[in-house]
Formats: sequence, structure tokens, C-alpha cells
Amino acid sequence: MPVQIDPIETDRISVQRAKKSASRPKKSLGVSPRVLSFTAIAAAIVLWFVVTTLGWVDPQFFPSPQSVWSAFINILQNGYKGQSLIAHIGSSMRRLLLAFVMSFSLAVPLGLASGYFKPVQAVLDPFIEFYRPLPPLAYYTLIVIWLGIDDESKVALLFLAGFAPLYIAMVAGVRRVPRDRINAALSLGSSQWQVFTQVVFPSCLPELFTGLRTALGFMYTTLVAAEMVAARSGIGWMVLDASKFLRSDIIFVGILIMGVIAIAIDLGLRWLQNYYLPWVGRE
Amino acid sequence: MLIGSSKKFRRADFASVVISEIMTVHSSARTDIAVPYDDSAGDTLIALNDIDLVYDLDGPQPFPALEAIDLNLNQGDFICAIGPSGCGKTSLLRVLAGYERPTHGVVSVDGRPHTKPDSEVGVVFQQPNLFPWLTIEKNVNFGPRMKGIDAHERRQRVSYFLEMVSLIDAAKKLPHQLSGGMKQRAAIARALAADPKVILMDEPFGALDAFTRESMQMSLHEIWTKTGKTIFFITHDVEEALLLSNRIILMYPNPGRIVEDIANPFSAMLSDTAPSDLRVSRDFIEMREYLVRRIKESGEY
Repeated sequence: MPVQIDPIETDRISVQRAKKSASRPKKSLGVSPRVLSFTAIAAAIVLWFVVTTLGWVDPQFFPSPQSVWSAFINILQNGYKGQSLIAHIGSSMRRLLLAFVMSFSLAVPLGLASGYFKPVQAVLDPFIEFYRPLPPLAYYTLIVIWLGIDDESKVALLFLAGFAPLYIAMVAGVRRVPRDRINAALSLGSSQWQVFTQVVFPSCLPELFTGLRTALGFMYTTLVAAEMVAARSGIGWMVLDASKFLRSDIIFVGILIMGVIAIAIDLGLRWLQNYYLPWVGRE
Repeated sequence: MLIGSSKKFRRADFASVVISEIMTVHSSARTDIAVPYDDSAGDTLIALNDIDLVYDLDGPQPFPALEAIDLNLNQGDFICAIGPSGCGKTSLLRVLAGYERPTHGVVSVDGRPHTKPDSEVGVVFQQPNLFPWLTIEKNVNFGPRMKGIDAHERRQRVSYFLEMVSLIDAAKKLPHQLSGGMKQRAAIARALAADPKVILMDEPFGALDAFTRESMQMSLHEIWTKTGKTIFFITHDVEEALLLSNRIILMYPNPGRIVEDIANPFSAMLSDTAPSDLRVSRDFIEMREYLVRRIKESGEY
């Protein structure tokens, strides 16, 4: 006996299906997003090959993948302008790391203090709110006049770039600590200082990680800008110097290296967060 | 007569007052249902003297959350506060905990004034409120650690209380890995481990499903009989109040005040009667109906 299909019933089901898929945030094509990402990257590289080998673009301005690769191998073996590639990356990373340590060790305690004690915030906020929206290159000239053209001025610039986002993240983190969590700690016999160190600080760790990632992003953007003024080393300087000689293959190498390093740093931070703070978002 | 202690009731309240007065007379005639609690029988642990709490006192619309609360909580009692929402039960708990400073009146614990939250008064919240970055055992360890108790005794205390709430197997887990009921048991163990003189509980089982709630009620009853802790417990569930407490206070809103203060015999019967039998016994049902009616009479239910 053939199965009778009730048109109203099927209608109802399709409406339910439509509702169900509408309530889902993303539609899935049956392919994992990771596979899609890799396919997209591969497609872009293939397109790059095709466009350059067919001679649709001037290789002077848009180098082929092969020439970028050979430039990379060449720099890797012979260095660039007297220093090895690793040394260039190293001097960029050293500036970044120094500035990072400085802004971390200053922004975290100050941000915590500002969030916890209103007067501290009242004193600090005007200055931070003033300099935060300024383009770093606007005050870079001033810093160069004060600190000279060596690494000090670069590190200072990066420090300022990283300080504000980290500080603001910490203040917001303190503000978001649930009142009852602090009450619970007080009712378990904590002193005010213990509440601060044992409850408020750990409660802010998720914001700290978010702040670190934002701060590193800002610092990284500023790094290249900083190395474009009065430098003799660094991956940003290498890109700028290569542009003077229209070596677009070297510019490509530099940009790709910068991108890969940025992604690696961000992945590292995310891995650290998942490892040390597995509870975030599941409270 | 309890109504009479309210200092400044308004004309609008008059009708309900008269009805309550009739009800009180009515119930005192039937002493088998609601026997007033006699607080002179035990040792006073917590004394509230003429407590007023007004929110937004200097604002355009001051809100009287509590008015003229006089209450003595005795050592070892399990007191349940019930009442319609907005009747001030949570405000009363927050005053007891030291989270709110009363506008008028004094709270004293063991004869000393209690004005700030400290480890003498433990609290279990409606949400488990555990520290999410600490394992269950470290959460339980938190209070003893804050007090500076030595590591050896701390370990003993933690495992003793984890055992009591049957969470030994979950000791090394983080709170987010536990079910709602387990988290709330951990919160109870954490409060007990700090060794407070009294534990305040604000609808701790309100967010749990019915089955979990029932088993939690029985384990809390066991913990109470085992430790003899004084417990002040807020609930909107009359049956829960009847099963757990030995004293029930009923509160009415606008302003928040105590209108009934009765002895509850039923929790004592749990030693030889199953809760399921108790629930269907005639006395239990009568008492439940009486309290439900009294809550409805507040006009806010």
C-alpha cells in the first residue's frame, strides 16, 4: 500500500525545518570550516600562480610566487643588508618583547587598582583617555627627540601602544567581577586584600588575555611604523628598505613573515588561555 | 498581635490587617495547626533588634524593604523564611550577612554587633557562586585558607566536608564540569568548611530540577542533624520549608515584616517517617494549606 503523504503534515514539517535552520547561527555546507579555509588559501595561491605566469600583471609590482620563494631562500641564506633574516626578526621581536613586558607589568597593576579604587582611576583616566586615541606616529617624533633614534624610542612607542588597551581591559575586568562573588569571599573570612588578590585578580584573567591579544595587535602595527623611522634592522625596516629599490619580492617576503609571526603569537596566546583558563565562558 | 509590632502601617493596609487579625485569632483557636514558636526555649545566637531597611532613603521614592524586625535566632535551629516575592526575605538575609547595613537597628551574633560580612556568618547563594578557577576541593579549602589554618588540618577538614556532601570523587574537578546539584553541594561544603556560627541560604535549590531538589533537601536535612549548625533558609516553596525547618517565619511585603512565627514539628519526624509519607499525612497537608492560604492573603501571590 502506498504511503499517503498528508500535504498539511509535510507543510508543518517543512515550516519546522525552516524554523530550525533559521535559529541556527550558521549554515553548514557539510564541509568543515577548516577544510574550507585551506581550500580558499590554496585557491588564492593558484590564482597568484596563474595571474603571474600568464603575465597579466607587471612582475616589477606583483612578483610571482617562485620569485618570492627564491627571494626568501636568498635572504635566509645570505641575510639582508649585512644581517641574517633571523637577526632582523630577532631585533623586531626583542623590541616587541621589551615593550610587552613593560606594558604588562605597568598596565595590569594600574588597571586593577583603577578598577578597584575609584580615586586611582579618577587620577589616571584623563591622561590615558587623552593619549589613547592619538595616532602613535604623531607623538613618535617627540619620543625620538627625547630618547634618540635607537631602540629606546621604539620600545617606548610600542609600550605606549600596548599600555592603553591592556589597562582598559583590566579596568573593565574588575568592574565585571560579580558582586556576590566578592560577598562570598568576604563571608568565607577574606580580608579586603585577600579579596583583591584571591578573587578580583583571578576573576579578571579572561579580560587580561583578551587585553593581551588586543595590546599585541596594536603593538605589532606600531612596530612596523616604528621601524620605518630611523632604523637599521628589523623586519619592518627590511620591507621599507626594499621598497626604496622596488624589490617587491622582498616586500612580499617581509609581509608574509610578519603575518605568520602575528598569527603564531595569537595562536600561542589562545592556546595559553585554553590551557590555563578552561573555565572561561562556562561559568 | 504580630501585626501590632509594625510601627507605622498606613490606612490602606487596614483592611488586610483586620483580616489577618481574624486569621490569627482563628488559628490560635486551632493550636493544632500553627503553634507560635517560643524563642525563649533556646540559646539566642543571633538577635535582630528593631531592624528597618529602606532602599534609596534619600531618593525620590524610598522603598521600605524591612520594617521593625525583631527576631531572635536560636543556636541549632533551622529557620525557614517564606513569603510572597518582594516580602523582604532576601533583604533580611542580606542584613544578616552584613551585605546591607540596616537603616535602623542592630544585628548581633553571639552578643557582638555584626555589621560587615565575615566568617561568623556563612552564605549559600541561589547560584552556586563557586570560584570557577579553583577545583572543588580548593573551593572548599578557601575559607580555612583565608583563616590561616595549617595545611594538615585544612586537608582533613576539606575531605571531611567533601565526604559529607558526597563529592570526594569530584574533588579535582573544576566547577563547570559539575551538574547544578553537585555545584550547590560544593557550595554548601565550602560554607561549612569555613566553620561559621550560622549559615544563611537564599533559595539554594530554587534553580534545580525537582528530583535533584528532593535529594538535596534530604542531604541538607542530614547535614543539619549531623552538624547541629544554625541555618537560616529562604524559600518560596512551602513544602520545602515544612520538610527542612523546625521554625517557620512568614513575611508580608510593603513594608517587609514578619506576620507569623511558628514552630514546625515535621522535620523532626523525618527520622522515622519517609518524606513521601510525611507529605501525604493529614497534619502536613493541613499545615501546608494553612501557610499557602496565609501567603495568598498577602495579596501579592
